[in-house]
Amino acid sequence: MGEIQALASHLLNGLAYGLLLFILAAGLSLIFGMMDVINLSHGSFFMLAGFIGVSLADDLGFWLALLATVGIVAAIGLAVELTLLRPLYNRDHLDQILLTFGLALVIEDASEWIFGSTIQSLGVPAALSGNASLLGVSIPAYRLAVIAVGLLLGAALYVLLEKTRVGAIIRAGVSNREMVSALGFNITAIFGGVFVFGLALAAFAGFMSAPILGVYAGLDFEILILTLIVVVIGGLGSLTGAFWASLLIGITQILGQAYFPDLAALVIYIVMAAVLLVRPQGLFQRKYA
Amino acid sequence: MAAQTQAGQKTKSLAAAHAGTAAVLAGAVGLALVPLTGSTYLVSALTEILILSIFALSLGFLMGFPKLVSLGHAAFFGVGAYAAGLVAVHLAPNIVLTLVAGLVLSLMLAVVIGALSLRSTGIYFLMLTLALAQMVYVVAQKWESVTGGTNGFTGIPYPELFGLIEFDRASFYYLVLILAVASYFLLRAIVRSPFGRVLVGIGSNEQRVRAIGYGTRGYKLTAFVLAGAVAGVSGALWAHHSGIVAPVDLHWSHSAEALIMVIVGGAGTLIGPMLGAALVWLLENALNPYTERSTMIAGIVFILFVFFARNGVAGIVRNLWERIRR
Repeated sequence: MGEIQALASHLLNGLAYGLLLFILAAGLSLIFGMMDVINLSHGSFFMLAGFIGVSLADDLGFWLALLATVGIVAAIGLAVELTLLRPLYNRDHLDQILLTFGLALVIEDASEWIFGSTIQSLGVPAALSGNASLLGVSIPAYRLAVIAVGLLLGAALYVLLEKTRVGAIIRAGVSNREMVSALGFNITAIFGGVFVFGLALAAFAGFMSAPILGVYAGLDFEILILTLIVVVIGGLGSLTGAFWASLLIGITQILGQAYFPDLAALVIYIVMAAVLLVRPQGLFQRKYA
Repeated sequence: MAAQTQAGQKTKSLAAAHAGTAAVLAGAVGLALVPLTGSTYLVSALTEILILSIFALSLGFLMGFPKLVSLGHAAFFGVGAYAAGLVAVHLAPNIVLTLVAGLVLSLMLAVVIGALSLRSTGIYFLMLTLALAQMVYVVAQKWESVTGGTNGFTGIPYPELFGLIEFDRASFYYLVLILAVASYFLLRAIVRSPFGRVLVGIGSNEQRVRAIGYGTRGYKLTAFVLAGAVAGVSGALWAHHSGIVAPVDLHWSHSAEALIMVIVGGAGTLIGPMLGAALVWLLENALNPYTERSTMIAGIVFILFVFFARNGVAGIVRNLWERIRR
């Protein structure tokens, strides 16, 4: 394989990785934009979905397991929202952030308890098990599917938020919560809906990435930190920002691992520091928060 | 009428302050008696708790008064520990040298991280401290020739003082105890100084403080650097106590642990975070023989504190105290 082909294949891998990050970051960013709360348990739900997916996939098959996993995680998210988060809505945002942090600790330990601490992996569906060839570059078909799904989901999110009535209400809620509430919308229900939707996205990303990254204890915080970096670079609450920052971080991460394996872990932090030095509010944030 | 209630409040808070000082000193005296029991386990455990309580105290100062919630505080602890360890092994295990090395290096790091992260506020600040501290973590992990990489830097001896004192387990415990009490009173004096009043003002309404004409960023940076330096000292002590420094000591989970200590102990006070350090340590270590689920229990306890006792142990104690007085 020539060097150009190798580079192209790294780029495609980075694209797939970045799009997975985007699905996570979109949920995190949406929840933040809506509630001013950074959900520090976002990575935990991502990991949880991976574990649940692995244990369901044998019996249900890949696609049904994907649906079931997203459903189960969303249900857990709804329970969390109703019982833990909702009572804190009239408190300081810091309390809600701290709550999600405590939750992350509980989920981390609970999943180690239930699912064990060994790395688990999920097989790809038979239809996507081979290699596909794109412009002369060979790439696992599953990753190509992840790229397609990520792009489609990004487009769907864009349409949902920018072109539909629900999206208009959410965007209005992001910029002025009280006003939306005064116009007669049940803002608490909207909060809950956005939170659960964000977690469903995290679950989807968690399941889809299980065949690529594997699932293991510690994945939760690893991915959370990456996602936080993405939203900080992109600008909190900005979907467009999350998209470009995800691609930047995903591709940087994969290229770093390929060409500077010793410094790979450092490269993304350097990118983040560089971006924030020039624009402390992130690439796509107009309003300084 | 208003003046009367204010005066009343003042005497009350003055009495509470004296009671607080008395309680701290009594606690210190009590702790000073522990080595007499002859239990080496107890002395070791308390040394560890006291070092962590200095670490938690420094973060509590930042979170409680200028209300800067940092998630990268372990960087200063870890860098202080590495600095002290390196000096002790390569130069001399003189306690003055190692403490100063830990203090100066963590102070310089705090200037850099503070200057970068204080450009932002709130959640951005939290994440910037997190990311920058993780950067330091990666450096500690990768710079193997100096730090020993993932395995850590080992063989750090107990310190000595210019040939006068060769510290051993018990005397080192006293050193840590003295430094813990000293850090508490130092930070308390700072909080009560005019400088500290400005920090409190920044914590409750930064815009207003800026409107009066204070350059709040300088104040915040000074507080951040101060907290970093104190954390560096606790890290230096940690290096001597455990004999090893590893990248995990500056991993962000260690920062998170300090944050838990502050919340459980009670942000907004100085003694709270120290008590929180003890409580969290006990939760983690006392439960270990009985259950492997100590992280989960710690998480649940943390959630309960967020829900029901937002002012932490210190808040609970204060409520009880006021109920007794009434």
